[in-house]
Amino acid sequence: MQSGFPLFPESASTMAGQVDALYVFLVAMSAFFSLLIAASVVYCAIRYRRRSPDEVGGSFHASMLLEVTWTIIPLGIVLFLFFWGARVFFLQVQPPPDALELTATGKQWMWRFQHPDGQREINTLHVPTGQPIRIEMISEDVLHSLYVPVFRTKMDVVPGRYTTLWFEATKPGTYHLFCAEYCGTEHSGMVGWVEVMTPEDYQHWLAGGAAADKPPAEAGADLFASIGCNTCHVDAGGGRAPSLRGVFGRQVQLANGQTVVADASYLRRSILEPPAQLVAGYQPIMPTYKGQISEENLFKLIAYIKSLSDGGAATPAPAADPAAAAGADAPAATTGAAAPAAGTQGGAG
Amino acid sequence: MSAVAARTLRPNYLNAAYGVKSWLLTKDHKRIALLYLASVTLFFVVGGVFAGLIRLELLTPEGDLVSSDTYNRLFTMHGVVMIFFFLIPAIPAVLGNFLLPLMLGAKDLAFPKINLLSWYVYMVAGTLGTLALVQGGADTGWTFYPPFSTRFSNSPVTLVALAGFVAGFSSILTALNFIVTVHRMRAPGLSWFRLPLFVWSLYATSVIIMLATPILAITLVMLMLERSLHLGIFDPTLGGDPVLFQHLFWFYSHPAVYIMILPSMGIISELIAAFSRKRVFGYSFVAFSSMAIAVLGFLVWGHHLFVSSQTAFTGTVFSVITMLVAVPSAIKVFNWTATLYRGSVSWQTPMLYVMGFLGLFTIGGLTGVFLATMGFDIHVHDTYFVVAHFHYIMVGGTLMGYLGGLHYWWPKITGRMYPEFWGKISALLVFVGFNLTFFPQFILGYLGMPRRYHAYTPEFQVLNVLSTAGATVLGVGYLLPMVYLVWSMRYGKKAGANPFGAVGLEWETSSPPPTFNFDHPPVVDHEAYDYRRGEDKKVAA
Repeated sequence: MQSGFPLFPESASTMAGQVDALYVFLVAMSAFFSLLIAASVVYCAIRYRRRSPDEVGGSFHASMLLEVTWTIIPLGIVLFLFFWGARVFFLQVQPPPDALELTATGKQWMWRFQHPDGQREINTLHVPTGQPIRIEMISEDVLHSLYVPVFRTKMDVVPGRYTTLWFEATKPGTYHLFCAEYCGTEHSGMVGWVEVMTPEDYQHWLAGGAAADKPPAEAGADLFASIGCNTCHVDAGGGRAPSLRGVFGRQVQLANGQTVVADASYLRRSILEPPAQLVAGYQPIMPTYKGQISEENLFKLIAYIKSLSDGGAATPAPAADPAAAAGADAPAATTGAAAPAAGTQGGAG
Repeated sequence: MSAVAARTLRPNYLNAAYGVKSWLLTKDHKRIALLYLASVTLFFVVGGVFAGLIRLELLTPEGDLVSSDTYNRLFTMHGVVMIFFFLIPAIPAVLGNFLLPLMLGAKDLAFPKINLLSWYVYMVAGTLGTLALVQGGADTGWTFYPPFSTRFSNSPVTLVALAGFVAGFSSILTALNFIVTVHRMRAPGLSWFRLPLFVWSLYATSVIIMLATPILAITLVMLMLERSLHLGIFDPTLGGDPVLFQHLFWFYSHPAVYIMILPSMGIISELIAAFSRKRVFGYSFVAFSSMAIAVLGFLVWGHHLFVSSQTAFTGTVFSVITMLVAVPSAIKVFNWTATLYRGSVSWQTPMLYVMGFLGLFTIGGLTGVFLATMGFDIHVHDTYFVVAHFHYIMVGGTLMGYLGGLHYWWPKITGRMYPEFWGKISALLVFVGFNLTFFPQFILGYLGMPRRYHAYTPEFQVLNVLSTAGATVLGVGYLLPMVYLVWSMRYGKKAGANPFGAVGLEWETSSPPPTFNFDHPPVVDHEAYDYRRGEDKKVAA
């Protein structure tokens, strides 16, 4: 930890150098113009100070050449900065395809993370170096923002929609993790630590040190069965609802004529508000699960549906298993299909 | 000397009538300006006390002076009071109100009764805000982001939003009045390009207020409806979209930054001409850059949403338009600086505020370029870097212009001079104190300290202590003028009509002016800032 009078934050990601380069250029440019203005003002104020009470100024008060000069030069500089800044920004917001996928949920006032193998942690995030990490995030209540200064990146965590943050850590160490979007009483307490580890240490930690659940895709498969999704979404097709095999990331033809990409946000909405984006050729018979499945279980269901497109799929439990249903916070699991009013509410959004 | 004696006896707007009723029912723009001066000063003190408590809490990393909830209410109400009840009305409603008719050679504003109405509307809003304060104040941040503000907060959010809603109508009434007055009440010969630049900037500001404030009003109504009637607009559990609120809020609140800074830029143009006794360099460029800022200001709101989940493409569009705002801002700064060249520069108090403004606004503007650079913004968004940046613009820019203008026109308003020595001391204290308060916050933000934190990690303490020390100096710098300006109303040196040897119609009538401003309606046959008009002048070398 730094102490005393630091001027630069530590750097621990592949993006930090790029952001710092922008900063150094911006500081140099600003110092140049600030000093130029300050020196000109002070020089003129002394050199042309009033010498007698009835004196007036000279007549030099227009010059097209000067006006054009000090229009063009700032314009050139800011456009250059725009392009440079946009280039860095696009790198920051587009995760590489081979990134390790984690999930995060924010709620007043804690962060919960889950690793692809099922390890869960609160307010602490263990990540390996040398591996792009992509975090799919959602809030359970108000706005939050996941911010790790040493990685020079942040992203708002919004209720009702997924956002993503990615980074590739470079230097092992323990670093601050902050909530950067005001979220109520304990906003400044919604902080934690990022533990950046070598890949070996990370594997070691995965194997032993962490509180592990089933991997999200497997847990999702259990939920899929216990809630009863598989009674209609028959895997082989031909059920009352479309098969979900291979659907993730694919174009889907909707009943209203539009097509959408079946990404995580689409799947989440289709679970919570089924009639909103109905698949062509099917009846709006699915009940809404709004308020019945937690954000973390939604992540698991989506991980399962995603795994159906990845080849090596987890197999769902054969039938509605009471033990698994107890784990899922889905009170309507068995009566879901018999909740007629619920299905008509979702379309407003 | 007999002329001076005669002048002091002549009736003016202050001695025209006495008694509470003569003030509370006045239609004189100059008296209404003083009603506004008293009210905005009161709210400035309230907002300043909140700022002081915030800085005192941040002296130590632990949240030990006040509770988290109290701290959240303090920074919320600091923002609400300073923005809606001080910065937005201060320059237009006090100095603009007083000077616009004088600068145009008019008897009053176009609609004197509407002018008084706007003050009453402001006071109703102020009363609602005060009621909310008595209930402990809101804790949502002045940005009111839902769903926290609509579903989670246990504070009088609706009342504070209502206060902002009502205050907006006061702004709209003043803006409407100014626009009509500039169009209809100019003295014969006073064409648009002979107008003082302060008038241009008030005009640009009024256009923004008329177009943007209704959006705020609608947005706050939707917020209140969702909070009280659970109408799903922003809350995702009710089918709403929280980011929609951010778009609507900043569609007003970004232009609002220009509502605050443009009038101050107009004052700087007036002051720099008067204290270098020279026409403002590039008059038409300075005038049109105000209009350019007013127009561009409507197209940049999305730069507040770079990390709010708007698409990268949307962010890119907002980034490039935001960059363009830097150009008219730079044009202004360069033209002001060039005005000093071969001028006759006087170092009186208002000019010291001008120099302070140039320094602070330059830093504030350049750090705006930092934030428009998306790749950098993603790191410092919602950190103290942003806090420092907007204080450099809104306090460094707006307040320096306001104080400079208040000193410059004080003899016109009261007929008495402010004490020059104390004026210079206060200008110096404000400049030094301001930089000591807010410059460390740029570094804090770059180091990663998020804003709106009641408690923070220990490595940020040294810079926070510097900031709090600066705030103490700044507080003394603001307190001084409140004392000596009041003192000068009785004991200050008598000013005469034109103590600074400035040009402009406001200096052609007596100080304080008579109720209807001019004995004979003035006729204008010269350009603005024509310091070399008339008999042979001694020209600076």
